[in-house]
Amino acid sequence: MNITVNGEKMDIPEGTSAAELIGVLGLSDKRVAVELNRVILQAGSFAGTVLGEGDTLEVLSFVGGG
Amino acid sequence: MYKIKINERFVEFPDAPKLMEVRAKFKPDADLVIHNGFPTPDNLLLADGDSVVLIRKGEKPPKDELEALITARHTPGVTEKVKSARVGIAGLGGLGSSVAIALARVGVGELVLADFDVVEPSNLNRQQYFVDQIGKPKVEAMDENLRRINPYVRNVLHRVVLDAKNIPEIFGGVDVLVEAFDTAEMKAVLTNAMAGSCPGVPVVVSSGVAGHGPSNTITTSKFSNNYYVVGDRVTEAAAGVGLMAPRVGVAAHHQANCVLRLLLGECGSESN
Repeated sequence: MNITVNGEKMDIPEGTSAAELIGVLGLSDKRVAVELNRVILQAGSFAGTVLGEGDTLEVLSFVGGG
Repeated sequence: MYKIKINERFVEFPDAPKLMEVRAKFKPDADLVIHNGFPTPDNLLLADGDSVVLIRKGEKPPKDELEALITARHTPGVTEKVKSARVGIAGLGGLGSSVAIALARVGVGELVLADFDVVEPSNLNRQQYFVDQIGKPKVEAMDENLRRINPYVRNVLHRVVLDAKNIPEIFGGVDVLVEAFDTAEMKAVLTNAMAGSCPGVPVVVSSGVAGHGPSNTITTSKFSNNYYVVGDRVTEAAAGVGLMAPRVGVAAHHQANCVLRLLLGECGSESN
């Protein structure tokens, strides 16, 4: 199944959740904001959000400091 | 009739007046003459609707003129637009304290400021506090400092540990929210909480402001509809990589300028 993450094409297995994708990308789900098809996912919904063919995601992984 | 704003009062002239005639008539001892936000020695012919500010250096202005004189160097039209705005700042550390000062100087009508912490010595390398404020809650110290800069800004103070539940409660009614936390986890908490509860509120978040790398790697970019990210997105505060006034200040002023542009309705493209 093909999706686009931060402008790059990615091939992932059917049924992959947003939480699983965050893991595949090597990121922490506590430090990211995820936009799926132009809408930011709500906190706590990553595991229950199953990705579909053609989905477009922007994943913002925060780093500390301020 | 020609309507000219002179030190915030409208005065009508039957014919187009010249700048130095206005100075001679209204404040002949003024040594600073500002026309539409720009100081000039020239005897310009004024146009209807122009703004003139006359300042005598060293003179303490009357209270009813001070507000106009503070914003005399603003681009015309900015003051009126920001004065009715309410901006939230979540966290008053290196980013938030500098953002607050920039927005107070520009004359944002109301600042909603939230932070749980007190001023401590290691804050002073980048945060806008003073030695004699050590031990004071940051919201109180910042309120004092902002009122000394621009007493016409209303500050609403929340000394509270922010979390996913109270962030939308405290900031749901602002026109723009600035995320100015230290930890990556709280940056994510705020983004996700506001996106879920208040998707209509534009948010300016930060990520990647540590160290002393090049200033020009700090950018303002759009993450999602209504979400702007300031920073290089990479450089994390860590052992060996500190947080210092210059680069944190560059990022804070990116955030403040993004807020100003949002309030003026000039944001919206992919890059800002």
